[in-house]
Formats: sequence, structure tokens, C-alpha cells
Amino acid sequence: MKLSPTDRDKLEGREGPASAMAMSILVRMGEVLEADHMIDIEAAHIDSTLYMGQATLDFAEKLAEMGAKVCVPTSLNVGGVDQQGWQSWPVPATWAEPARRQMDAYQSMGAVPTWTCAPYQTAFRPKFGQQIAWGESNAIVFANSVIGARTERYPDLLDICAAVTGRVPAVGLHLESNRGGQLMIEVSGVPESLQSEDSFYPVFGLLVGKLAGDRIPVLTGLNVQPTEDQLKAFGAATASSGSVALFHWVGVTPEAGTLEVALKGRQPEEVIRVGIADLKAAWRDLTTDSGGKLDMVVLGSPHFSLDEFRRLAPMLDGRSRHPDVSFLVTSSRAMAALAEKAGVLKPLREFGGRVTLDTCILTTPMLPSEVKTLMTNSAKYAYYSPGLLNTQVVFGSLEDCVQSAIEGRVVRDESLWAA
Amino acid sequence: MGRLIRGRVLVAGEAEGEGLMTNEPLSFWGGYDQTTGEIIDRRHPLSGQMASGRILGLPGSRGSSTTTAVLLEAVRRGTAPAAILTSTTDSFLALASIVADELYQRPVPVVALSAQNFAAVHTGDWITVHADGRIEVGDHP
Repeated sequence: MKLSPTDRDKLEGREGPASAMAMSILVRMGEVLEADHMIDIEAAHIDSTLYMGQATLDFAEKLAEMGAKVCVPTSLNVGGVDQQGWQSWPVPATWAEPARRQMDAYQSMGAVPTWTCAPYQTAFRPKFGQQIAWGESNAIVFANSVIGARTERYPDLLDICAAVTGRVPAVGLHLESNRGGQLMIEVSGVPESLQSEDSFYPVFGLLVGKLAGDRIPVLTGLNVQPTEDQLKAFGAATASSGSVALFHWVGVTPEAGTLEVALKGRQPEEVIRVGIADLKAAWRDLTTDSGGKLDMVVLGSPHFSLDEFRRLAPMLDGRSRHPDVSFLVTSSRAMAALAEKAGVLKPLREFGGRVTLDTCILTTPMLPSEVKTLMTNSAKYAYYSPGLLNTQVVFGSLEDCVQSAIEGRVVRDESLWAA
Repeated sequence: MGRLIRGRVLVAGEAEGEGLMTNEPLSFWGGYDQTTGEIIDRRHPLSGQMASGRILGLPGSRGSSTTTAVLLEAVRRGTAPAAILTSTTDSFLALASIVADELYQRPVPVVALSAQNFAAVHTGDWITVHADGRIEVGDHP
């Protein structure tokens, strides 16, 4: 790989030991990936914040001790602990303490403590065409697909190296020529009434992720214009059941004005037709148990937005949850502050709901062991909870989730899916 | 005297041990117990096998990029495979090993093999990995 003079300065330690280590890791990765050269990035989003044991803490603290500073605007993903609220959940102190130290280490490098998996809904939202280095699968797919920024799938440990040096190997989705669609997914026979439902998007995303794997899918055949939060739910699902880092939705996303543009004039390597039966099967796959007792409703993966808080509030107004079902929303400090200001957090509190900030149920050990069955409107929570948290899960619409919390048992309007 | 094959070095190093081979990709997050080195993805053909100290051969990793953090922690605890053979250029496994080298000076050699060479290595073979990508495959000594 060709290095610029400043790359070489960094590699040889003339900008300090932290920059040298970060550049060494990037250069070695560039060689693994057979990159020709490195390019500048304009921003980074750091998923290395997640505490996965002593090694991830050692790495963060080593960089911090060597004086690492980010050199591009850098946002931070969820951390391993809700810094203000962890004591009100059964998070072991032996976890909270190192998880918090790891968060502090990244903050000390000059990254902004956004602590959110939805950085595209903050001031750190990138612009079309910008080269960025983002971690966190749902954020990556949103940035590439919905905004048209350019990022590879940055794993934990590598994203911070990019932020500290401002450089990345020129490979993959950074390069225009690699952004064309590979797989075409044609949808037919889905009623518009279903297409306009919020719960259509996570289900469709789960299906697309399964079909696409790590390929770039091009979607055609739908006739609605999804909202931003619907695309967010869709993308997060594609990056859970598959490793999708970029999708093109013809007529919706910015690099897919037409089918030909989305495919960059090439033929797709495969065309898959999907219909209502495939969607119904994906909807069923998101639920592991719908008959049993319900312990908790959990919303907010990716982190709840202000619009989502606004949609939720009137459903809760003047009502309260069943005493046996807890009700949790995961979000960021910034969104919760905006929601408070807009008056839409008060109905949630009066309903008996709680908000967890900075983290989520998948990244901090916060759930009481009595919680055996969760209900959610998030495909990402539904996909990962059975394996990571050893719970049963029920997928439902936002309305279903609220109604179930009130009645203390699973209640779903299945008319759109089960017919 | 064993057979000699060559692969592309992703992370250089020397190692020796018993082969543990699979054709199924593995997510280390939720699939590799970093405290013991056991493969714990119950849907994976190697479920229940101990990979610690062995030469683990797999096409590559799958799913979450957190595979990187899990393998790094396994290196720290001494429960990682002695070396990893792949049939793809797996950047997540390579990254974990590169960081293990930078942070603990303990890289796990990672060598990518052609599909044909990969298929010719079997569980139970005694494997010696050299830093230049030469791999000796023989019977258990």
C-alpha cells in the first residue's frame, strides 16, 4: 500500500505513540485488504465503546494513556453502562466500573459523548458523498443507504484508529465502483395498507437481510415513500439477519433514482421475487413465543427518536401499565432532553414507563433475571434477545406493545399478517 | 514427513498444534467462550469442541464485528486458537490478531488458504504454521 508523507510521519511516531499505533493497525489492515492507498475521512462514529472484557478496556486505556486524540468530528456509540441510571437496575458493580472506565477513555480522546446507536439523528449526521469511518451495523447501513455517505463496515478497535489518524485504507464502499447493487429483490402483491404500517419495515428488513447476506440489495416494487424512522427500522433489521452495509431502494434512497443507476448499469447477479407469504414467514420468525406470560415491553433499538417519542405519548396518555409488565424505552441523552422539552416524556413516566440512556438491553447486563419474555417493535431486539439474553420474544407493532403492557398479556392485532 | 502447502499470510507468526477444521463460518460473539476456548454456538458443527491451543480452520467469521473483541479477549486470557486458517480474507479475525500483537505482543498467526488447500486439511492433522505462510500437515506425533 502506498503511504503519503503524513501517513509515514504518523506511522513512524512523529505525531506521538498513539497515532503511531493507530496507523500501524490501519496499514497492516490495508495490506490484508490489498488496498492501494489511504484516503482522508471527515468524521467517525466509534463502536469500540462497548465493554467486552478486560482486553477492550486495555486497548482504550492504552490509547488514552499514550495521549490519543481524535482528529475528525467523532461521535460515540452506546457504551456498556447507563452512566446516570445503572444503579436502578441489577447491573453488577464489577461490570459497571470497567465499562464506565472504557467510556471515559474514549471521551478523553476528544470524542463527543453522544452515546447513541442512532448518530444519524444527531448533529453528527453526515452528508451525501462524505467519506466517513463508522462502526455499529445499523448506523453504517443508514449512513451508506439513506444518506449516501461512504463507509466500510468498521469493526470495534479499527474505528478509533481511523478517528485518531483521519485516514482509512481505500477499499470497499469508500469506492464508487463498489457501490452498485448486486442482488435485485422484487416485491409484489403487498397491499399498500401493509406497506404504510410501521411494523412492515422491520419485517421486510429481516427478510432482505436473510436474502442478501453481505451483498448490496436493490429493492423494487413498493409504492410508498417510507419515513426516516421506517428506514431506520428497516436498515437495522437488514444488518441483524444479514450483514447488509448498503441497500438501494429504487425511488427512495439517494443512489437509486432508477434501477439502472442503482445497479450501475450492470446486471444483478441474482433476482429474487418476494411476496406476502415470504413477509408473513419473516413476521412469524421474529416471535419465539406468543402464548406465555409477558414480563417486559422494550422499545428503542435503534435508539428512540423524538418523532418516535411523539408518536408514543398519546397512546400512553391517561393510562397505566399492568403492574406485572415493565415498560422500557432506550434512547440517547439528547433525544430524551428534546422529548422532555416537547412534553412527551411526562405521559411515559405517568404510564409507569422508564427510560434507559447511553446503552441498551443488549450491551449492558441490566435485565432482572425474572424477565423471561420480552415484547418489542424492534427487529434488532427481537433478533438478538433470545441468543444474547436467553429470553423469549414477541414482535408486535407499537400499538400492540402498548396494549399488551396495559393488559398484562400479549395482545396483537394480527389481521394484517396472519390472514 | 507431512505435506507442505502455502497460504497468504494475513498475520504472520509461528504455531504448531492439532487441526480443528470446519466448513461453517463462526461468529465469535455468542459462538466462542472466551473464558474456556470452547465453541458454544449450538447450531455450529464444532459446538462443544475446544479450540484453545489448536489450529482452527474455518472459512471465515460471520455476523457481528464484535467477533474482533471476543477473539482479542481470548488471546489475553490464553484461550485463543494457536493459529487460524481461513479460506477467505477475513478482516475481523485479522484485526483481532493485529491488535493482539500491538497491545500484548501476542499475535495469532492467520493464514488464508485456497479452497483446494483448505479442503485438504482435516481435523486431527498435526499442523505446523510458519511465518512465511508455509504450512506442514502431517500425522499426530
